[in-house]
Amino acid sequence: MWSFILKRLAQGVITVWFIATATFFAMHNVPGDPLLNDRAMTAAIRANVEAKYGLDKPVAEQYVIYLGNLIRGDFGISFTQENREVNDIIREHFPVSATLGILAVLFAAAGGVLWGALTALYRNRMPDYVIMFFVILGISVPSFVIAAVSQLMLVGVNSALGVTLLPVAGWGTLSHMLLPALVLGLGTMAYLTRLMRSSMLEVISSDYVRTAKAKGLPAARIFTKHQLRNAILPVITVLGPSIAAITTGGFVVELVFAIPGLGRYFVQAVQQLDYTVIMGTTVFYGAFLVFMVIVVDVLYGLIDPRVRMQ
Amino acid sequence: MSETAKPVLSDDHFTRSAGKQLGLYALAALGVLGGLMALLSFAVGGTGGGAGGGAIDSDNNSITITLRQEPPQLDSGRSTDAASFSVLGHVMEGLLSYDRAGQLIPGVAERWEIREDGATFWLRDNALWSDGKPVTADDFVFAWRRVVDPETGSQYAFITYPIKNAEAITNGDLPIQTLGVSAASDRQLEVTFEQATPYFDKLVAFITFLPAREDFFQSTNGRYAADADMLLYNGPYLLTDWVHGASMRWTKNPYYWNDEKGFLDEINVAYITTDVNAKLNLFKDAQIADTDLVAPMLPEAMERRWHIDRFMDGTVFFLEFNHREGRITKNKNFRRAMQLAQDPSELVYKVLKEAAYIPAESLFPSWIQGAGDLFRKQHPPTKHQMDIEKAREHLELARIELGLDAWPPIVLLTGDTPVSTLSAEYYQELFKRNLGLEVRIDLQTFKQRLAKMTSGEFDLVLSGWGPDYDDALTFGDLFSSWNLNNRGRYDSAEMDGYVRIAQSELDPVKRMQAFAEIQRLSYEDIVVLPMYERGWSFVVDPRLDGLIRRTVGPEVDYTYASIKRE
Amino acid sequence: MPSHPKAALDFSPVGTEREVHTLSRPSLSYWQDAWLRLKANRRALVSLFLVIGLLLFTLVGPWLWQVNPASQDLDQVSQPPGVDRSALVVDPYTPWLGGATAGTGLRLAEPATTQSVRLAWDALPSARGHRVYRNLFPVGPELAYGIPRAEFFDNSTLTFEDRLDIKPGTYYYTIVALNADGSLSRETSALTVDVQRVTTVAEARERGLVANEAALVPGDRVELALHPLGTDYLGRDMLARLMAGARVSLFIGIGAPLCFVLFGVFFGSVAGFIGGKTDQVMMRFADFVVALPFLLFMILFKIAFGIGPGESGVMPMLVALVLLMWPATARLVRGQILQIREQGYISASQLLGAKTHYLILRHMLPNTLGVVLVTLTFAIPSAIFTEAFLSFIGMGVAPPTPSWGSMSNEGIKTMLTTPHELIFPAALISTTVLAFNLLGDGLRDALDARMRNRE
Repeated sequence: MWSFILKRLAQGVITVWFIATATFFAMHNVPGDPLLNDRAMTAAIRANVEAKYGLDKPVAEQYVIYLGNLIRGDFGISFTQENREVNDIIREHFPVSATLGILAVLFAAAGGVLWGALTALYRNRMPDYVIMFFVILGISVPSFVIAAVSQLMLVGVNSALGVTLLPVAGWGTLSHMLLPALVLGLGTMAYLTRLMRSSMLEVISSDYVRTAKAKGLPAARIFTKHQLRNAILPVITVLGPSIAAITTGGFVVELVFAIPGLGRYFVQAVQQLDYTVIMGTTVFYGAFLVFMVIVVDVLYGLIDPRVRMQ
Repeated sequence: MSETAKPVLSDDHFTRSAGKQLGLYALAALGVLGGLMALLSFAVGGTGGGAGGGAIDSDNNSITITLRQEPPQLDSGRSTDAASFSVLGHVMEGLLSYDRAGQLIPGVAERWEIREDGATFWLRDNALWSDGKPVTADDFVFAWRRVVDPETGSQYAFITYPIKNAEAITNGDLPIQTLGVSAASDRQLEVTFEQATPYFDKLVAFITFLPAREDFFQSTNGRYAADADMLLYNGPYLLTDWVHGASMRWTKNPYYWNDEKGFLDEINVAYITTDVNAKLNLFKDAQIADTDLVAPMLPEAMERRWHIDRFMDGTVFFLEFNHREGRITKNKNFRRAMQLAQDPSELVYKVLKEAAYIPAESLFPSWIQGAGDLFRKQHPPTKHQMDIEKAREHLELARIELGLDAWPPIVLLTGDTPVSTLSAEYYQELFKRNLGLEVRIDLQTFKQRLAKMTSGEFDLVLSGWGPDYDDALTFGDLFSSWNLNNRGRYDSAEMDGYVRIAQSELDPVKRMQAFAEIQRLSYEDIVVLPMYERGWSFVVDPRLDGLIRRTVGPEVDYTYASIKRE
Repeated sequence: MPSHPKAALDFSPVGTEREVHTLSRPSLSYWQDAWLRLKANRRALVSLFLVIGLLLFTLVGPWLWQVNPASQDLDQVSQPPGVDRSALVVDPYTPWLGGATAGTGLRLAEPATTQSVRLAWDALPSARGHRVYRNLFPVGPELAYGIPRAEFFDNSTLTFEDRLDIKPGTYYYTIVALNADGSLSRETSALTVDVQRVTTVAEARERGLVANEAALVPGDRVELALHPLGTDYLGRDMLARLMAGARVSLFIGIGAPLCFVLFGVFFGSVAGFIGGKTDQVMMRFADFVVALPFLLFMILFKIAFGIGPGESGVMPMLVALVLLMWPATARLVRGQILQIREQGYISASQLLGAKTHYLILRHMLPNTLGVVLVTLTFAIPSAIFTEAFLSFIGMGVAPPTPSWGSMSNEGIKTMLTTPHELIFPAALISTTVLAFNLLGDGLRDALDARMRNRE
């Protein structure tokens, strides 16, 4: 078991190195100049600023320094926020994105299983049609349209009620998180609902359910023990990849709902060509995802010994 | 998903009891989710914004507002952006500041004198830092020396060039101690000029000239102004809370001397967002005290019977030609053809449709002051008239002069903001229809556009220029051959001559005459094609009084704002 | 049950059957069977028709609706579909120098048209200047006068020309007297203005609005150009732009998946077939690419490739998509090949002397084709969404090239005032994504070998 974990970790480190290298060279290929601003600088000042960020050295040397700093966990100083370290930025903004992501995954998973089971139970009846209509919306409408429209609808609801039911934008309390997390999780929820529904339908028509019914077991017990339990398995296996998709896919929601997450920060950094923040964020996210995959792999390895053999 | 055609095995009874079970699970899931969310919200409590008490909180005498962007840092020596200027305008005070109407008033300096060779500022006794110590002349000397120090890398160092030796110091030729500024006493600041600078009083109201105290600066260990506790304040408000990217809190400064400013006890910057739609929704929800309105929002604003107002933010936008050798746009007839083929009023009224924009008639915006009256009134610019026939004649002349058979595509460089994209699309079609020219849009993000502007990879570029100080020179010297911001490299001895007069002439009438010549030359020699002067429509919560939007200085100013009492 | 009529035969010997191997159903190839299955799936069939319809819209549409998607009709900006288009022909616009006209209070100096509204007034009694407002609604007790249009800080100017985005309809103008400090006083004068849609002779000719151009004189009425789905914020024809946008969106949406699936098939089949160390190295590389955070790298590549002048940026986006999305297909195909390699018929074929390329082309690829086709169908919606997402954060295709994503992004800004600018492109994105998703479902079910044996 330990050798398995070590092997996976070693692979993970190489993967992170690959991500870091790809980011570095992609970044240094970007046309434009991160140091330029509205007001032009004199040559002397420019030289000083370049030296501060080490941009005066050849690319190969910059790469070596960059890797060295990376090993020490130092992403450098932001280009636009000249007095802040990229580490600070990640430390302050990542928890926001992560919270949003975790909530969205929870919503998606819980919603997907419940709605999926419900539609399978009431297939080709009213609840099925209603829920499947929303599922189709969730799958086929671009997230930014959903986000903008839902925010607008919330304003309508708030002003109709005369009180602020939920805040329209911003971050801080529980109520700020509800709508953004729902919107963020909607696509995945729709996907999981479909998956749950078809897996549930397969289970319902299986022999062991028929047997259980024939035995005269109580309906609630058949439903829980035989149907739900078995139908939920495929949903759990796709949950891993969807966590990654949701955590990095928060850009739109963070932009629309004015949430100070890392995704919004990344978009701004790209527009401002903030080298260090872009590289730091990408490597951090990459490492985070790699780590998550390893954790999932190890957990599978614990549960299923066959995985370790591969 | 597969549609099974098989008969339904389960009967209604099964469905019903299973459904009940599912309902129970749903309730349980809801409970668990609720618990988890409470836990999460507790965990991220520190990263959040101030969940403000609504737009106007008259009980606590506080308001909630938004900022368009997060200030990169609040180091006045290095700040370059509007967001930092807005925040610094509330928490710091320079030698001079602005009153409600935008006129200069005493700040830390209670009186001042500007001579041909220098200036003297007498500082007031009761101007204090937020730790209770007085603001002294040394604090200005330290701050200004930092600005010109090449180590600092201040992008606004150029604004200090009227001070003796400033330029030489930023170029690394002289030590910073040689800067022409000194403290004659704690309360008296002496400035020596490089050359006569009649507008120096207007200059020192600018952010770059704010004071900084040396002992505090040293104690921050290179993190000066990066956080709320890393800056010493001397303005009407203190920055008591700064959650990066999320929120800020400005609290009334008990040490501030002027009781004509700072009526609110607290200003809550609860949201930082560029998204105007989000801001509008927050305003509709009575969560913020004011918001900007873009054109598509105006019908709704009128329907809701809001009191819409507008202000000019001072920026002039123009199409800048590339005057470098070998460029088609170097040819004057070609530029004349382009000038005659367009009309800024069509751009503003039919394309951009922003109610607060006005078509630009000159390099100098309409609000610039002349000698005694508006510059625009004393020196009206040439009336522009679109004339396609004449434009085509000039184009033909240019073609012969350049010896071309057919016109190559013209590259129009532009930024990626919605307004500049829209303008670029309009000009592309306009020049194609009126002149038969193929215009290729080169859309770039901010820094990439600047890089291309600096290296001259364009024929035309959409750009804008905002005022740094309340004097015509902030626009007037833009196209002097030595100005690094003259990215089209316009180079004319005539222009340079007028700019030199404008920089140092002490007689205001003669000085304005020079600006009038610059205005004439920029039209006749077609240095740029003015597009529009930018303005903003906005709406303020009716319970709030005295919010000021400025053309020069901090764009938004709450220092005179107060809550109406019934 | 009725009694059997041929009871006597019941005990007669059974004759020898002529045809022992009678098949109950005709023999079907894999693809014939799949097609039958797909045809039986109503939903998949409908989506197949939808896809065909979308392709026709994209490819044949521009032949039927030959309007230049770039041409700007500034007389009809942001116009919803189905608006009255009749316009009065007038003289071309000439600047107005003001000038007093007879009358009292706030009044029109000339008839109000979509070209301009020219107002004149007498100075209000205590006014130190005036502010002109324009409103879409009558001023109520709130004294909200509408949009400020101009300020005059003395009484020397008593005229104003409004040209800002004037649409046919009713406007409520108000002038408010200013106090000495520039604040508003209570003194006002109001005017209701009905604006008429106008065009000029030159415009009408240029757009070919009339058959007999020579006879057109000011005072005539003409019908402005027809825009069946309305126009966008620059007066461009929505239908034409949607068709042009379809070319971009579907090119990225279908082109990119096609490229990366092809590459993935090549990569995966080589790795799977060669096996051993090569396979390990190749798959490790694919793992690296999978580990890249997709959206972050999509943005990164997009800006790293850059867009030159006049380029639409479609190719960089396509390349970025291909670079990041191929490993999934590669893994899938490799898995399939590994499975097939162990099958008995491959060994049999090898024994019969089949060459490697024959094995790959004849046996392996055809047997993976089903899976690949399903992957391709599901990849299309995600590519279309990616394009739309990039447009939303301002990194999509460069204007003036339209795409559904950039059109919806523009539409969101004017969602409340002119919803048609959002609804049409968003609906097309949704329809396309849905159609390909359902088609993918249908294909997967139809090609699923396990299900073949079930019915």
